[in-house]
Amino acid sequence: MIAVSDVHHHIGQAQILRDITLTLPAGKITALIGPNGAGKSTLLSLVARLTPLQQGQITVAGLDVQRAPSRELARTMAILPQNVAVFSRLRVRELVAFGRWPHHQGRPGPQDAAKVAAALHDMGLDDLSHRFLDQLSGGQRQRAHLAMALAQDTPWLLLDEPLAALDMAHARALMQTLARLRDSGKSIVMVLHEVNYAAAWADHVVALKAGRVLAHGTPETVFAPDVLGALYDTRLRVIRQDGRPLVLHHL
Amino acid sequence: MTSVGRLPWPGLWLMLALLMVGAVYLLAGLGPRADVVLPLRATRLAGMVVLGVAIAVATVLFQTVSRNRILTPQIMGVDALYILLQTGLVLVLGPVGFATLPVAGKFTLELVVMVLAALALFGTLLGRGSQDVARMILTGVILGILLRSLANLIARLMDPNAFAVVQAESVVSLTRLDAGLLPFAAAVTGLAAGLAVWLAPRLDVAALGRETAVALGLRHDGLVMLALALVAVLVAVATALVGPLTFLGLIVVALARPLAGSARHLPLLITASVLAVLMLVAGQLVFERVLRLQSALPAVLEGAGGVAFLWLLLKGRIR
Repeated sequence: MIAVSDVHHHIGQAQILRDITLTLPAGKITALIGPNGAGKSTLLSLVARLTPLQQGQITVAGLDVQRAPSRELARTMAILPQNVAVFSRLRVRELVAFGRWPHHQGRPGPQDAAKVAAALHDMGLDDLSHRFLDQLSGGQRQRAHLAMALAQDTPWLLLDEPLAALDMAHARALMQTLARLRDSGKSIVMVLHEVNYAAAWADHVVALKAGRVLAHGTPETVFAPDVLGALYDTRLRVIRQDGRPLVLHHL
Repeated sequence: MTSVGRLPWPGLWLMLALLMVGAVYLLAGLGPRADVVLPLRATRLAGMVVLGVAIAVATVLFQTVSRNRILTPQIMGVDALYILLQTGLVLVLGPVGFATLPVAGKFTLELVVMVLAALALFGTLLGRGSQDVARMILTGVILGILLRSLANLIARLMDPNAFAVVQAESVVSLTRLDAGLLPFAAAVTGLAAGLAVWLAPRLDVAALGRETAVALGLRHDGLVMLALALVAVLVAVATALVGPLTFLGLIVVALARPLAGSARHLPLLITASVLAVLMLVAGQLVFERVLRLQSALPAVLEGAGGVAFLWLLLKGRIR
């Protein structure tokens, strides 16, 4: 599991996270939801040790993210950051192959090639694997970076808005892939803006508002109309569709 | 991973061309005093090899850690730091004291001060907060101007003899290669370039961006500091050998990227180094033997480099 304890974070005078203490279960899909500026990406970035921790403690599968060796952490969790810009001119396959770096440190073997091929296939990138990244659309590039995270083959997968640039078909395909990975024992934590993906696919939901945890638990707990209404300060209805909550917020 | 054994063809052709041009430079038209001319030419050739490798490797490293292909250590003022250091030494020791300093001791001291100063100045600039490229370039350019102006100001306060020594240190000339300095410069450049080659796979990961590199387990900030230390050492070597060359690294690396045939750092470091030495030796051959000019090469290289770079930029070849 991921254990977050007494975490506070500020940028300049702005308090981004306040007194965050929670646990994220292993073997589940956990969705972080909340309005803009709630601190979702900051929390994920702290867990991923991309941002230095100012106060508190975070452990991932028992590893203290501030003290554990970088390589061990990279074999424990793969991360898709929100904004990824690559300096080198790489082909898709080359980018995805970097996902194996924590395992081979520059000396790839046949097993690494197989993992890369599987990740490319999972993200529907077989036909694009020889294209340069700068020849791809935003959504295709997003899938290439996701494939790199999948190729890392870690027990934990941390994704910051992975659906942001994807069309409906690819978004659904990604969620199906993530559900399959969850069923195979992996743990996934993702920041989601579209609450209905969280409602339909997440096992555990954390709702953040103004840097605090407003609610967390099963989708049934968090997707109660009063909780969601307070979270987003907007009118909405929650109905049930195929046994899962469905939020109507375009009304 | 690309290995030296799988060098792309352009790199191999460049190496062959360099061997041929180097042989012509050494052996063509030796005349009756070959015993005198050959060692002189060999020293100058060795100097150009050291200079080319130092400038190419420093530029590749700097562009990777700054994540910018139109920056060089010279544009950011690293060589200005060296000139300021030289000027300060002349001011403190006087022109005679400066000239009589033991070469090895002076060079070692300069390298240590350069590394410490470059880490303090550019480490902050290129460290964790280097996402704002425009601000970084602006700060670097202003820093370069500030350091040069400071060196100029100190030089103007000196007596004419000391001023002449500082001026001689600040003017680029391939003919002023210091034979006494060359063994130290070659050893330092060899070590630094070897370290850069060893770091090449890590630099490939660093080029994915800080967040991705950290996610993949790279100790990114440490790598940036190490690369900057190497840049400072290599720029100090190049500037000590011939003076400040601003555009050579820029054009060499811009041309080497498409020729390297890969985005990996190992072929890029090798291709850029070979290309830099080839340009220096071929240029010197033409100017020295054909045009009978001794000191115009740096100016022409810098001018042609600037024009070619603009062309590449406008053609969209530099991303």
